[in-house]
Amino acid sequence: MATPNFKHALFCAIVTLIIAYPILGLNLVAQGTKVGLEGATTSTVISVVLAAFVVFFFQLFRDSIMGNLGKLPKLNPLSGREPMPQAKRAKLESWVLTAIVVFALFWPFLVSRGSVDLATLVLIYVMLALGLNVVVGLAGLLDLGYVAFYAVGAYTFALLSQYFGFSFWAALPIGACLAALFGLVLGFPVLRLRGDYLAIVTLGFGEIIRILLNNWTAVTGGPNGIGGIPEPTLFGMEFGRRVKEEGNTSFHETFGIAYSGEHKVIFLYLIALVLAVITALVIRRLMRMPVGRAWEALREDEIAARSLGLSRTAVKLSAFTIGAFFAGFAGTVFASKQGFISPESFVFLESAIILAIVVLGGMGSQIGVILAAIAVTILPELAREFADYRMLIFGAAMVLMMVWRPQGLMPMRRIHIELKRQE
Amino acid sequence: MLVLENVHTHYGKIEALHGVSVEVNKGEIVSLIGANGAGKTTLLMTVCGNPQASAGRVILEGRDITNEATSNIMRSGIAIVPEGRRVFSGLTVEENLHMGGFFNTKAEIRKSQEHVYELFPRLKEREHQRAGTMSGGEQQMLAIGRALMSKPRMIILDEPSLGLAPIIIQQIFEIIGHLREEGITVFLVEQNAHQALNLADRGYVLETGRIRLHDTGKNLLANPEVREAYLGG
Repeated sequence: MATPNFKHALFCAIVTLIIAYPILGLNLVAQGTKVGLEGATTSTVISVVLAAFVVFFFQLFRDSIMGNLGKLPKLNPLSGREPMPQAKRAKLESWVLTAIVVFALFWPFLVSRGSVDLATLVLIYVMLALGLNVVVGLAGLLDLGYVAFYAVGAYTFALLSQYFGFSFWAALPIGACLAALFGLVLGFPVLRLRGDYLAIVTLGFGEIIRILLNNWTAVTGGPNGIGGIPEPTLFGMEFGRRVKEEGNTSFHETFGIAYSGEHKVIFLYLIALVLAVITALVIRRLMRMPVGRAWEALREDEIAARSLGLSRTAVKLSAFTIGAFFAGFAGTVFASKQGFISPESFVFLESAIILAIVVLGGMGSQIGVILAAIAVTILPELAREFADYRMLIFGAAMVLMMVWRPQGLMPMRRIHIELKRQE
Repeated sequence: MLVLENVHTHYGKIEALHGVSVEVNKGEIVSLIGANGAGKTTLLMTVCGNPQASAGRVILEGRDITNEATSNIMRSGIAIVPEGRRVFSGLTVEENLHMGGFFNTKAEIRKSQEHVYELFPRLKEREHQRAGTMSGGEQQMLAIGRALMSKPRMIILDEPSLGLAPIIIQQIFEIIGHLREEGITVFLVEQNAHQALNLADRGYVLETGRIRLHDTGKNLLANPEVREAYLGG
């Protein structure tokens, strides 16, 4: 059986050697003013050779190994289970969600400051992913420049606070609406595009925004970014040790408790939590409304949707606008959390990560997307022990995920719309 | 009901229809037959405003719709069953039907839905099944049912018999005949010339973007030219 496999395996092993040896086996060492080439330690060389052997044997017996891997899902005890009835499912789902939200409300008081900070970041990604889920998951429009709207939200707040002294609460709706406006404006030129072409144009749009922010030094500070972005206040109470703005009081003095840096972190977390819950609820509601069904119809079959009198323009633009709106939300929170933003926070990789969250979670599924946002943000943190290899592990986890569950963590179950019978 | 006056349609620089005039009267079944590439689907798409006619006029119930947006045209009492069925395969039968009545009130949707289930009892059986998992014939029924959900005064069918078994085609044509009894005007585009002309009050023969013949369905069936070209002698 093995002849073609043998050749292939040998080839793969040689490629491994060719690639790995110069990278790992040779080191550049500074010798005075010159740079010298040195061979690596014996153990490195041995591991390179070992790796080549591993590749060789894996490729040689690939068919049987992959065949056995394919049988693995059968070990999943849940795979054979009957799906729950719809009503029961919906009820259970809302109970679980409520429980999670209640738990999330009290959780920050029990854990360390670092975890709360990380959790805030997770919530920002949840907002972003839920927003992108509307565009990609529901309306089926592949948007690779989503981070642009995130940037618009963040920079709106940063600039408004820097030039006009706007507070977080005043800037939040403005940032979201401005991002939505950008979504609308981007929507027009791409109305006729689909699939790959749409992806490329949105990718370009994302880069344009970033490059604009980077080069418009006079206004945005260019690569230096904008610092000193104020933190949110609670009814005029600030969370710093000293009150910065006139007319405000400080939180710890009002309540007569000792100052603690944690208050601020927890407060930001709670704001992010509330906004994420609002995002989820609003989008959930939209999904059940006619506009949600129109998005799905357009995703399923554009020609059929148009034949029913749906306007392609209105449906696509609404998806873009609403998706961008929530990105603006997230951007404002992000700017407030960091206190400093620069174009570097809004590179293409961010778009890719948000898209990865949506795809991993299962297109269109809210719970799936939320879980994936948690996983994708926390996994690289947990993998910090592996230092340089953590992104590698992250990548491998994604590949495995797509092999075993191409439909995502929790694929969307369509909400069934039933008309109430009138008696 | 629907009048096309000397309509020209272009795809870029290529003219696909060279001055076509067609008239469909209220309550009629009118069939349009023609070979592949004759421009049948182009003609229907021109009625729907995608692409729009570059010359000539399209008039629906006395209103000039030549330059109207597709979404407006499709909301003005006309419905199309697109070629190749194009049901929303991820949605259930019921949801597909509801999409058809997108611009109607819930009460109207409920009524139309029951009506569609009367016409196609099979759809009722499959109410909660995903449309993509059904057979071609069932999908065609669903496509027709979906078009009927908006309570159109006129329905346009683009090749409803495409890729279906003869017995299913028979059923579909029976339903089309039934629609006329309900007072819905039918404009039928078919390659299956025999059955289309048999059913039709009047028929048009389209050849390379021009109307070649125009007569009653019976006369066209008996016409030696038509027999030669479309009915296999």
